[in-house]
Amino acid sequence: MTEPILLAIVVATALAFDFTNGFHDTGNAMATSIATRALKPKQAVVLSATLNFVGAFLSIAVAATIAKGIVDSGVVTLEIVLAGLAGAIVWNLITWLLSIPSSSSHALVGGVVGAVIAGVGTSAVLWTGLVSKVLIPALIAPLVAIAVASVATWLVMRITRGVAEKQNDKLFRWGQIGSASLVSLAHGTNDAQKTMGIILLALIAAGAVAPDAGVPLWVIASCALAMGLGTYVGGWRVIRTLGKGLVELSSRQGMAAETSSATVILASSHFGYSLSTTHVATGSILGSGVGMKGASVRWGVAGRIFIAWLITVPAAATAGAIFFFISNAVGEPLGPFVAFGLLIAAAILIWFLARRRPVSSANVNDEWDPHNESETFVAESIARHDPTIMRVRKRRLKKKKKRPKAPQQRKKKKKKVAKGKSKKAKS
Amino acid sequence: MTTYVEWDALAQVAIFGLVLGAGLPALFALGVRALDGPGSHPGKGAPRPRFRVILAWTCFGLVAAAALGAVIFIASGGH
Repeated sequence: MTEPILLAIVVATALAFDFTNGFHDTGNAMATSIATRALKPKQAVVLSATLNFVGAFLSIAVAATIAKGIVDSGVVTLEIVLAGLAGAIVWNLITWLLSIPSSSSHALVGGVVGAVIAGVGTSAVLWTGLVSKVLIPALIAPLVAIAVASVATWLVMRITRGVAEKQNDKLFRWGQIGSASLVSLAHGTNDAQKTMGIILLALIAAGAVAPDAGVPLWVIASCALAMGLGTYVGGWRVIRTLGKGLVELSSRQGMAAETSSATVILASSHFGYSLSTTHVATGSILGSGVGMKGASVRWGVAGRIFIAWLITVPAAATAGAIFFFISNAVGEPLGPFVAFGLLIAAAILIWFLARRRPVSSANVNDEWDPHNESETFVAESIARHDPTIMRVRKRRLKKKKKRPKAPQQRKKKKKKVAKGKSKKAKS
Repeated sequence: MTTYVEWDALAQVAIFGLVLGAGLPALFALGVRALDGPGSHPGKGAPRPRFRVILAWTCFGLVAAAALGAVIFIASGGH
């Protein structure tokens, strides 16, 4: 009786995950273009959303099976998939709230692993697969990306040394837009397929389609749409961290970083050593700071991101396990509904928490607030061998603390209102 | 360690990434330099030397061809 409704809930949750996936990963492709003003924030998300949407239709060659080689696929039931998806969504939203770029695929793997452990036990997890396919690549991906992007940036900077900054910007912005578009396209193709795979599996498990069926068109279309919408809404918090938080980017660095992201991502999928788009993109942006003389990398911010990557799988697993326990404790007919309701409640809660310090297309490019980043100045002064940076900025830091952010924001709002009024008056 | 790290695949990714990931931006930069680098405008108001323009657009063309190749690669399934 409840099977069709359960199936509908699983499909809805899978699409919700797809949405958070697009939402969370907009920054991977577009953060650099937004930060260097190659594209206006809104233009960037529209471009990225379109390409993600198109990318989802481009190929369905990968019959993506959920967490293949990581959990024993025989034990995966609809309840486990649901709990795993819910755990992944919650972790995605929490990292978004904390403005941390983290891998959506790792969150999904973590959520499913947690739900499997809660439902079947640790014996159903293929630990070697988990370590070699998920945990180790998470450490390697940023290193490869940092290496490639720093070499690329160094070469670009050296070659274009004598070119006027204006001309550089003009041409490299085009390069940036092109490379960022490639990353968006690749993301749409790769990540939308994961959700399609989950929905297909759920449909097969519920007997709604034949076991050897291809992906139905409505599944492709709805996944593409969810991914595109998520990308369009734009995880501005994550974009801000990637574009402004890690490195102060120039268009040359941005182009070098995004091209190396695209190359490493495509190379990794070609050679079957799958690296997470998020890890590669973040590593590339760091690399563009490493490869440029005089650029400072905010290693404090980077460190926080690395820590989040290390705990992504365990944290999402915990969330997935909790969802499974709740769903299981409530019992057969109502359990999944309760879990689904809890997921919605958690999402609304996190959204309200995010409203306290909103980041949107309007303030995504504001100066990185040094108020929270005192370690930044230590790192910068060491990188530039200049102790005065610490001293001078420390004074400013105190001033900032005395004068909290709120009144400034209010002033800005007032200005905007005033502008609006004057426009109205003119018209 | 070999059970945990697929060294072969990793080495291929790293080499491929370095050659193209650093090579393509460098090629693009070469194009930019040819177009607007030092010596591109020999006199006031004088046009750019033709070989510089050809060199620049060859570079940009190669980069664009690589991007097109990447799109075809993505569309063909990425494997």
